[in-house]
Amino acid sequence: MIGILDLGMGNLRSLSNAIEHNGFDVQVTETQTAFDDFTHLIIPGVGHFRAAMGAVFERQLRPPIQAFAASGRPVLGVCLGMQLLAAMGTEGGEMEGLGLVAGTVRKLELAPDLRIPHVGWNSLTKKKDHPVYEGLKQDRDFYFVHSFAMQCDDPADVLGETDYGGPVTAAVSHANVVGFQFHPEKSEASGLKLLENFCLWDGAC
Amino acid sequence: MLKKRIIPVQLLLNGRLVKTVRFGEFRDVGDPVKSSSVYSAQRADELVFLNIDRERPSVEPLAAVIAGVSKVAFMPIAVGGGIRSFDDAAFLIKNGADKVVLNSIAYRDKDIITRISERFGAQAVVVSIDTRRSTGGGYVLKSACGTVTEDITLAGHIKACEAAGAGEFFVQSIDQDGTMAGFDIPLIKEACRSATVPVIGCGGSGDYNQLRDAFLETGVSALACGSLFNFSDSNPIRAKAFLSNYGLPFKVV
Repeated sequence: MIGILDLGMGNLRSLSNAIEHNGFDVQVTETQTAFDDFTHLIIPGVGHFRAAMGAVFERQLRPPIQAFAASGRPVLGVCLGMQLLAAMGTEGGEMEGLGLVAGTVRKLELAPDLRIPHVGWNSLTKKKDHPVYEGLKQDRDFYFVHSFAMQCDDPADVLGETDYGGPVTAAVSHANVVGFQFHPEKSEASGLKLLENFCLWDGAC
Repeated sequence: MLKKRIIPVQLLLNGRLVKTVRFGEFRDVGDPVKSSSVYSAQRADELVFLNIDRERPSVEPLAAVIAGVSKVAFMPIAVGGGIRSFDDAAFLIKNGADKVVLNSIAYRDKDIITRISERFGAQAVVVSIDTRRSTGGGYVLKSACGTVTEDITLAGHIKACEAAGAGEFFVQSIDQDGTMAGFDIPLIKEACRSATVPVIGCGGSGDYNQLRDAFLETGVSALACGSLFNFSDSNPIRAKAFLSNYGLPFKVV
């Protein structure tokens, strides 16, 4: 069963609809009690890094999420959920993240003519091969909405980039953990394909 | 490269889709879930739903429609019309909306913009601005479905809403609504000059040449169309195929 962690941050219905649409059993949960039943864990969210990590700490979810990842089962962070995978966030002041991918989340630094947030369809350039990319063509468009982005300490963790006045980290992966800055559940056929690949993945690279 | 967006705009009245001319002359144009499924197949970039029913004070019927739409359309969904509180907005987001659209309340309560923005992110707050051309030049801002005149300039309202946390503006010309006579390009230009966040232009779409002119002559991020897709043989795939001839970038899925 695919688990979706509800941190109270945004629209989760679209994500669970997309997983169901792909033919997988899905459960949305606010607590760790069902973690043992999950084969895969998805951490979604839109909003504020500090508010989201605040919810993680308040519910004492950081250790069980880290334990889930350490078990080798696949973990996916989506949008703010991907940013939470990082070691450190800076939105609203420095704050520790989940520490599953070495990197820091910083505000996009753009030329003045580029609008923030970065909202809309932008292309995903694959930076390496990965099971979640199975059957996905190069430079398809995905739906982005964000003002912050992850900067990976190790370039080998960058799974994909998009171009918004320069390269922006669009996807990350480290062992059995992946993250998408864009919204696969809002990206029609290409996004549904990535989610299907994630749900079929055993966590091995 | 960030792509331009084409957005079918759907007006809801009692759970059905309607289309207006200059905010009046309602005509029934179908079922919102079925039409959204079609727009998904036609590769629309986003969907905007505006509830124009002011009889019922609850957003629950609107949320029920959005919950249905989010099962068939895997693209961003923006929803507004009659949002009166933070809780209304949170309820719509919980039921499948990615963005909420605020209009009348944005003139009187900037705090609601800030609260939604802080909780769900600035991109989740779209401020919709209905305008009429003023006899002395410039624009007059209208709230409450076009019935109330607001005493603030377009630039002033945009700046105040941005400062409160708005992440996008949906700028509509009441004069052009439903006429299929083309967008109000000076209006869209002025909005784009005033805003540092993305602007969606709306009102007047009637053919692809008008979309081309509005995209090429303004910095607009997206154009929203009602009549064009409701009443003609046009659809988003064909619109984008036509506009691609002029160097305008659109998504590849």
